[in-house]
Amino acid sequence: MKKILMSATLLVLLVVFLAPVIMLEFGNPAYTDMDQYMIQMGQVQTGVNNIVTAVVFDFRGFDTLGEATVLFTAVLGVGLLFRKLSKEDEYEYE
Amino acid sequence: MNMSKIVRSAADVLFPFIIIFGLYIISHGHLTPGGGFQGGAVVATAFVMIIVAYNYREIAGRLRKTIFTPVEAMGLITFIVVALLGITAGAGFFYNWLANTGSLFGLPVAFGSNPGMLNTGGVVPLMNLAVGMEVLAGLTLIVLYMLSGIKEAA
Repeated sequence: MKKILMSATLLVLLVVFLAPVIMLEFGNPAYTDMDQYMIQMGQVQTGVNNIVTAVVFDFRGFDTLGEATVLFTAVLGVGLLFRKLSKEDEYEYE
Repeated sequence: MNMSKIVRSAADVLFPFIIIFGLYIISHGHLTPGGGFQGGAVVATAFVMIIVAYNYREIAGRLRKTIFTPVEAMGLITFIVVALLGITAGAGFFYNWLANTGSLFGLPVAFGSNPGMLNTGGVVPLMNLAVGMEVLAGLTLIVLYMLSGIKEAA
């Protein structure tokens, strides 16, 4: 019963992830249009003088969200590694 | 087992200036090169300099982990809340709902290269402050966790 449920879930996930890969065209819009748009419209639309910050925090802000979450997870992992195991006796860290 | 008197005095004198410089880099992220991640690393350098100059066992009462953990969590939560407010105000997640309006950071920018004004930018300075708080507390917490797990030999 559990194996059927797991394989059905796996099949659904596979279909959901592979369908956009097959059906959508790769590389649309072309990169030459996109960087000209960002250079021309970046200062007017975002109101930011620094074009790097405008791209990182406004045009591609979702990647910055992922990067902040990765930093948080890294601090969490270090805190998990250096925890106290027993009462001040042994320090097990690697 | 301290460092010498000269090292401790120099760290005492330099500590507020490094913090001010790091906060300048964070808050002017939309005008000068820099931003949230870079300024956060500079402020974390100030805290690590104090930890290195003094003995960790003495300074562990002042720079506690319970100070920095809420700062890091509030930084990430502020970032997500500012991005979610774009859904209620405009259209879509991460929409710049403060740019070119009259309110908080919403002055429009003159075209071309100009010395910028701090009041511009929309949502970007708020995101810079949130990410700066998170990186500051996160990097200091990594050093504090590593030092608290070391058994002192003498």
